[in-house]
Amino acid sequence: MALEKQRFDTLILGAGGAGLNAALQLANANLKVAVVSKVFPTRSHTVAAQGGVNAALANVLPDNWHWHMFDTVKGSDYLGDQDAIEYMCREAIPTVYELEHNGVPFSRLDNGKIYQRAFGGQSQNFGGDQAARTCAAADRTGHAILHTLYQQNIRAKTHFFDEYFAADLIQDQEGIILGALVLDIATGEPLLIEAKTTLLATGGCGQVFRTTSNAHINTGDGKAMILRAGLPLMDMEFFQFHPTGIAGKGMLITEGVRGEGGYLINKDGERFMEKYAPNAKDLASRDVVARSIVTEVREGRGCGPEADHVMLKVNHLDEAVIAKRLPGIRESSKIFAGVDPVKDPIPVFPTAHYVMGGIPTDRFGRVMPTSDDDGDHLPGLYAAGECACASVHGANRLGGNSLLDILVFGRLAGKNIIDYVKDNPSHRPLDEANVEWAMGRLGRWDTKGDGITVSDLRKEFRKTMEDHAGVFRVEDMMQEGVEKVRAIREKLADVRLTDYSNTFNTNRTEALELENMIDVGLSIATSALHRKESRGAHSRPDYPKRDDAEWMKHTLYWQEGDRLDYKGVRSQPLTVESFPPKERVY
Amino acid sequence: MKFSVYRYNPETDNEPYMQAFDIEARQGMMLRDALMAIQEQDESFTFRHSCGEGVCGSDGVNVNGSNKLACITPLSELKETVEVRPFPGRPVIRDLVVDMSQFYAQYKQVDPWLIRKEPLPEQEILQSPEERDKLDGLYECIMCGCCSTSCPSFWWNPDKFLGPQALLSACRFLADSRDQASEERLNSLEGPYKLFRCHTIMNCVEACPKGLNPTKAIGHIKAIMLKDAI
Repeated sequence: MALEKQRFDTLILGAGGAGLNAALQLANANLKVAVVSKVFPTRSHTVAAQGGVNAALANVLPDNWHWHMFDTVKGSDYLGDQDAIEYMCREAIPTVYELEHNGVPFSRLDNGKIYQRAFGGQSQNFGGDQAARTCAAADRTGHAILHTLYQQNIRAKTHFFDEYFAADLIQDQEGIILGALVLDIATGEPLLIEAKTTLLATGGCGQVFRTTSNAHINTGDGKAMILRAGLPLMDMEFFQFHPTGIAGKGMLITEGVRGEGGYLINKDGERFMEKYAPNAKDLASRDVVARSIVTEVREGRGCGPEADHVMLKVNHLDEAVIAKRLPGIRESSKIFAGVDPVKDPIPVFPTAHYVMGGIPTDRFGRVMPTSDDDGDHLPGLYAAGECACASVHGANRLGGNSLLDILVFGRLAGKNIIDYVKDNPSHRPLDEANVEWAMGRLGRWDTKGDGITVSDLRKEFRKTMEDHAGVFRVEDMMQEGVEKVRAIREKLADVRLTDYSNTFNTNRTEALELENMIDVGLSIATSALHRKESRGAHSRPDYPKRDDAEWMKHTLYWQEGDRLDYKGVRSQPLTVESFPPKERVY
Repeated sequence: MKFSVYRYNPETDNEPYMQAFDIEARQGMMLRDALMAIQEQDESFTFRHSCGEGVCGSDGVNVNGSNKLACITPLSELKETVEVRPFPGRPVIRDLVVDMSQFYAQYKQVDPWLIRKEPLPEQEILQSPEERDKLDGLYECIMCGCCSTSCPSFWWNPDKFLGPQALLSACRFLADSRDQASEERLNSLEGPYKLFRCHTIMNCVEACPKGLNPTKAIGHIKAIMLKDAI
């Protein structure tokens, strides 16, 4: 049977905040836009973002975008590109107003303006007093934003392919991306979507770790598609472990809890963050707080019968504050930890949360295919959000900058795509050989017989990543990790489905996701092994210092031969002076 | 712990059947964990799920006769043998996966987006905390479908009655001080079916995993209509 084909001006893979904000710009400009999502759009993981989105609105305390920029550069441990960071912090302000105009139900201040709370790593006046920069809709900000963007896309008549799984990008001999091969999950039928431009907005890959705040769907599909298309991933060694996941479970307890006055204690009841970050204390940057918690537990000051977690104390706060500002957290704590935070502290431990690295783009969201510092972008291919790396987070992302990143760069990619399609109005001819290659990859899963199950290999893989690429990393442990993940990649050939039907076959989609996770996991393990310094979220007790002379550069990883290369950090902002690297203390 | 799970694959089964599974229940385990364990035993078993913390709304199922979100339903609250079925009244695609297109179409019918007629200000549209409080209990809906698929009026007239979820969404925009299309919204809900087929049976309130009250929202819309009529 002939493969069904459809044509669009733009193909967007992913329907989270980045994909939907891009789609909205495009649909408003009357472009023919297709959004492919493996789940119904409002189930995308943006929905789970709790605390808020940063923008220097100065609604609560004095603020401006330049201070926001300083905090972001410092938070990135000087690995972020300062042109992209300047752009993001400036654009934050109109982006948040646009969201509000679109209907996001932000919490409000008495004067009717958007409520803003304090978050980690925020300061006034370049490292001074705590700032309050995070715009919040109670502790359900991601939900409020995602639903609003979906609603506006319905109004704008965006074309959605709900519950379609994107399998591979299709490219021609010159490497230009022509669209993607996708699979209708309900029927198992493949569909080829040809597009003049393609935007990857497929989100994160936290499922590569066993304990994670990420959803079942966060399997790094777009990142893996990029690797298979022969393109690199950047800075994949930088993976954020959020300090406060519910102990043993991984569900997130927002930093907003500490922003509202909550703090961490060890088994002696000691407020231990005072030792590690005397000024910012519990609102130090996430990498700092996560390491402090792990250190407390390793040194025997953990709580509980296994002494394997610490406690987040909230019960000194007024119950009305908790009800008003943190209702979702109270609900989650009761359900998953069996604790009412109004009465008792919440058991917490770091949980795999966010990948700073991803598909390298310039500050216009265009994908950069080489390690050449002055290299050109790949025409027609864009990436935005957690799947991408602009790079605005460098080695460590600040809380509240993730929603910001997806919204700013999703919106911007949309605007740039409009211009690109104007200048490049026709489709390029399809490369049939490449389509056959992609179809062959799908067809591989029709091979019958005995083998390893998807769930068995997935378990082995996620445990390996947790054991060998976690919060603290040393050479031998990581070397062993890389070898183990390589062996797991070999084992993929022996995995067999037990279900070969076409109708809503989750066994097949989970097999495709497992391939993606392993490809992405190896990029993390390989990039981490070779970075011999400690910077941001990448902590090496064997190389405890940041080494700017040798390592102030971005890692690039290509799948072929597990090859690495490096490129310079863009330290020159657009209009202001560069922030030179300084020792990072909180 | 013993489970009896609804199975149906249109490619191989002439009709649906119930299949027994035995799962080792651990402390703190949720129904979703049990369904994932069942899937490990039998990879052909199919259900939707994602966030695992009750915010994405993917894993609504019918368990022991009630619609619930599997990921926030503790096994300790369920009576054995736990009977798990797809949402009632919706066409089954496979196992626990149902076709929700009607449900989404009804949501779209209420124009669920903010409508402004005046020019937009440069900064935010101002809204007092009291005005914003009116959205609480309305905006938190996760569109899981537990309510609408437990509503008898929805089962009988799914093509004409909008159902509790869509009406809750209609109320969310009617309640928003920033929205400027109340009149059009109310007019579009006129007639004997769209809104007025709600007979306050209140299954929706019982079913909502987020503790929302669609019946109250529907009553609120009716009250505004009545006030406008007088």
